[in-house]
This record gives sequence, C-alpha cells and structure tokens, in this order.
Amino acid sequence: MRAPDSVISPLASATGASLGEASIDVQDLTVTYPNGFTAVYDVSFDLGPGTICGLVGINGSGKSTIFKAIMGFVRPTSGEVRLCGMPVDEAIKKNLVAYVPQSEEVDWNFPVLVETVVMMGRYGHMNFLRRPSRTDRMKVAEALERVGLSAYRDRQIGELSGGQKKRVFLARALAQEGRIILLDEPFTGIDVKTETAIIKLLRELRASGHLMLVSTHNLGSVPDFCDEVVLLNRTVLAAGPTAEVFTQKNLERTFGGVLRNYELGGRQLHKDDDARRVTVLTDDERPLVFYDDKPRPRTDAE
Amino acid sequence: MLAELLVPFSYDYMVKAMWVSALVGGVCAFLSAYLMLKGWSLMGDALAHAIVPGVAGAYIIGAPFAAGAFFAGILAALGMAFVKQHTRLREDAVIGLVFTTFFAAGLLMASLWPTSVSIQTIVLGNILAISDEDATQVVIIAAISLAVLFLIWKDLLATFFDENHAKSIGLNTSVLKIVFFILLSACTVAALQTVGACLVIAMVVTPGATAYLLTDRFDRLIVIAVAFGAVTSFVGAYISYFLDGGTGGVIVTLQTLLFLAAFYFAPKHGVLAARRRALAPAKAAI
Repeated sequence: MRAPDSVISPLASATGASLGEASIDVQDLTVTYPNGFTAVYDVSFDLGPGTICGLVGINGSGKSTIFKAIMGFVRPTSGEVRLCGMPVDEAIKKNLVAYVPQSEEVDWNFPVLVETVVMMGRYGHMNFLRRPSRTDRMKVAEALERVGLSAYRDRQIGELSGGQKKRVFLARALAQEGRIILLDEPFTGIDVKTETAIIKLLRELRASGHLMLVSTHNLGSVPDFCDEVVLLNRTVLAAGPTAEVFTQKNLERTFGGVLRNYELGGRQLHKDDDARRVTVLTDDERPLVFYDDKPRPRTDAE
Repeated sequence: MLAELLVPFSYDYMVKAMWVSALVGGVCAFLSAYLMLKGWSLMGDALAHAIVPGVAGAYIIGAPFAAGAFFAGILAALGMAFVKQHTRLREDAVIGLVFTTFFAAGLLMASLWPTSVSIQTIVLGNILAISDEDATQVVIIAAISLAVLFLIWKDLLATFFDENHAKSIGLNTSVLKIVFFILLSACTVAALQTVGACLVIAMVVTPGATAYLLTDRFDRLIVIAVAFGAVTSFVGAYISYFLDGGTGGVIVTLQTLLFLAAFYFAPKHGVLAARRRALAPAKAAI
C-alpha cells in the first residue's frame, strides 16, 4: 500500500518527472459526448508508482470513459488528465500507456501468432516501417518469458487457453514498456488458478514501479490485490486505500440494488449470542465476504 | 503445340492484358487480406457498383474514368452516411439502397448515351480491348496503391487487430482507415477494367479467404494472397485468349477452383484435415 508521504503531487511529478515515475492524475474530469450525454463528471483521483488500483463500478458507471480519457480517445469537456506529469498526448507518444483489452473485444480467429501480437507492443518504438531491431526482438522474448508463454510463441492466438490468452496481452504491455498499464475486466471468464497467476504477475509489476489501473466488477478479488480503489458511479463516490474505502457501506452506495446481499449473524452462525456477523456481497462472480466490517482475506491467494 | 500455346505472347494487346491483370489482381489480393478480417467484404461489392455512374459519366464527357469513379465513390459514401444518420435503418439496408441506386443510375446513363459508354465493358470488364490511356491509369493506380500498402501494412494490421492498442501507441487509426478505403476504392476502379463491376468483389475477397485457410501468420497470408491474385489474373487473361474473351469470368473461376482446393486440402484448416483430426482424437495435439 502506498504510504501517504510517497504521494506524488502533480507539481512534484511535473518538475521531477522521469519516465520511471508512473502517475495518473485526474482533476475534475467531466466528459460529455457529442450526443449530449455526460458520462462522467467532476472525477478526481491521483495514483503514484507501484500501485494496483481497482476502478470499480456497475456497467455504465463511466469506467470505460475514464479509460478512454486516459488513453486520449475522448477529450475532457472540462478538467484535465495528466500521466507521469505530462499531458495525455505526450505520454502516449512516449509509449507510457499500455492497454490490455477485454477478452470479448479480441477477434481470436485473427491470423496472428502470439509473437506477432507481442511485437505490436514494440511498434511505437520502431521507425515508420516497423522493422523490428535486435532490441525489439529481445524485449519480446523477455516479455514472453516473463508471462510463461515462450513455448507458445508460434501459436495462433485462438489456440491458447483462456489464461494464456490473457497473458499474451499482458506480454504485449510488458514489451511496450508502458509505465501505466490499463487492464479492462481482466478476470471475466477465467478460472481461479489463472486469476491467481495474473494477480501474482501484477504484484511483480507493482514491485518494479508500474502503475496498474484495473477496471473490474469482480468484487471478491479486489481486496486481494488492489492497494487502492476508486469507486465510481459517473463520479467518484470514494477513492483511497482499499482498507479504508472498500467498505460495505461504500459498496452499497456504488452498486445500489444491483448486488445480492446476504447477511449472516447471531444464531445463524453461532450457538451463542456473539454479535459478530458475516455479510456476503455478490454479483454472481466471486462473492465479497465481510466478517464484521472487514473484508475477509482470501486464503488461497499466496 | 508449344508454338500454339505461346501465341498470346506474340500479341502486344495480350501481353499488356496479362501484365495489367496480374498487377491489379495482386494489389486487390493485398487488400483482400484485410477486408475479409473485418467483415467488410460486401463493402467492396457496394463500392464497385456505386462507381459505375462515375465511370459512365467520365466516358460521356471524355474525362479520365478514374476521376469519375472516385467522384461517384465519394458521393455514394456521403449518401450512405446521410441516410444512416437520418433514419433508423440498419447498415446493410443502407448499403443495399445506396449502391443499387447508383448502379441503376449508371446503367441508365449508359443506355441513354450508348455510343460513348458500353454497358458490357463496365459490367463485365474488357481487359483484352483496354485502351492505352485506360491501361496507363490502371497501372498508375495499382502501382501507387501497392507502394502505399508496403509502407503501412503493419500499421493497418495493428489497427484492424486492436484499434485501442493501435491508438495507445500513437497510430492515427482514423487516417489509416480512411487511407485503406481510398485504396480500396482506387483498386476497385482498376479492377473494374479487368473483371467488371459484378466480379470485382471476387478479386477483393477470394485471394484473402483462400490464404486464410492456408496460414495463421499474417505476413505469409499477404504473400500467399498476392501471389494467388497475381498468378490467377495473369493465367486467367492468358486462357481467355483461347476462349475468345470473358476474362473476368475466367479469372474468377480459376480463383474459385483454387479456393475449393484449399477448402478441402489445406493442411490445418481444410475439411480433410478436420476429418483426420476427428478420426484420431488421441493425437489431436493442436
């Protein structure tokens, strides 16, 4: 978890910015689309290096709009996004932002090999003909090695298992050497073992100073791997360290009536009149379990 | 016997027809590698029909046919965008409406000015009788398109595969897509001269579709598709000498035969390979 004194203020990162210091700084962001729909308003949060942050909200809460604003696909109607102390366009030019798509967005029948996809992460570093240099090939090999896909480099992407598919795009992000990695719903449709493997990889990246923003509605995993959480419903309902922000009360505000909520306490759990209780919040993916008011850590995570 | 087979090479018009066809076939095949991956194949068909009035108009007023075709193509694209924006119609209905309207206008123009425009030429192509001027236009279009494709084929691949990623590494995907559609229109115009409006669609779909069955690597897919398109077009033009015309029909028939061969015999994605795998499930190490 990020200690309060390591918070990178926008000023500090603007002056002392090196490519190494990853940060996302969103100030009063409002995005209104040309059709008049305001997807998000007055969104502010800032994140520093070595962080995994969960962006949590229901469908339509503006998660993807915030991703688009960070990648520069939509212009803020008002407010500002700065990445590593730079305006978005500049950060994109420097290849600082890597994007890991949702599995459903990828055409798995596309005639490309694993290695080709990872090499696409290097395009921003190549000249306009995109001819890979020795460095490029080396970075691709390293990235594949790191996600454990070296043996699959010559496979067409559709031939991989669910978890391997996910890792191809993580490898592409690694090869790109982006300091900020955006992951769009990385845990949909994969098994617990794969999820654990991906979380392990994200933790390694955190240790090397990467900043990861993970959009998810899979609540159960959030306390396991997110240092920080931004709860979103078209604006920020709460943001900060997971232990403080990821509370039952905040989640109920974020999700309204969308979640199932089971509360077990008193005689249902104990023979005596112990006041402690268990609350289970679930949207049919992995449930989030509160024991009293604390998220219950997962036992199978490391 | 051999002398007889070499006869086509002794006529300038045949040599010209074969080389121009090969060039057009190759560049259309290059585009086909991308087109079929995005489910946009029928856009090629729509374009080929929509440019017919432009070509007819250009012949009537004596302008370069490429300019007319380009003008009509832009008009059709704008028309589609306009109808799409102001109605609730789905895209396929809009495309269907607009391209048939344009095609009909082209046929009407050709029948009103029968001396300057030949419907037969536009609809069926007539590479064997192509004028030097038209041939020059076709060669220029095809050569420029090929050169542009060589420069941007990887950027197009990144754009078509994962547009968000492409944007996040700083590619201007909107410009790349516009360039792709300009190349597609240009090559459609060129192919109109060789195989005619009705068969253009085959030139921008079949080579890519065939290569797709033969490889999982995009770079090889392009090489296979281009070789396929160029060779079938060259040979098709050659054979049409003995059949006395109908070049478009011969080229597309050749392409279809090869597609069928790939469909059955492709080492990994063919029907026979699939059957073999089904029979030997234990060894299905894919």
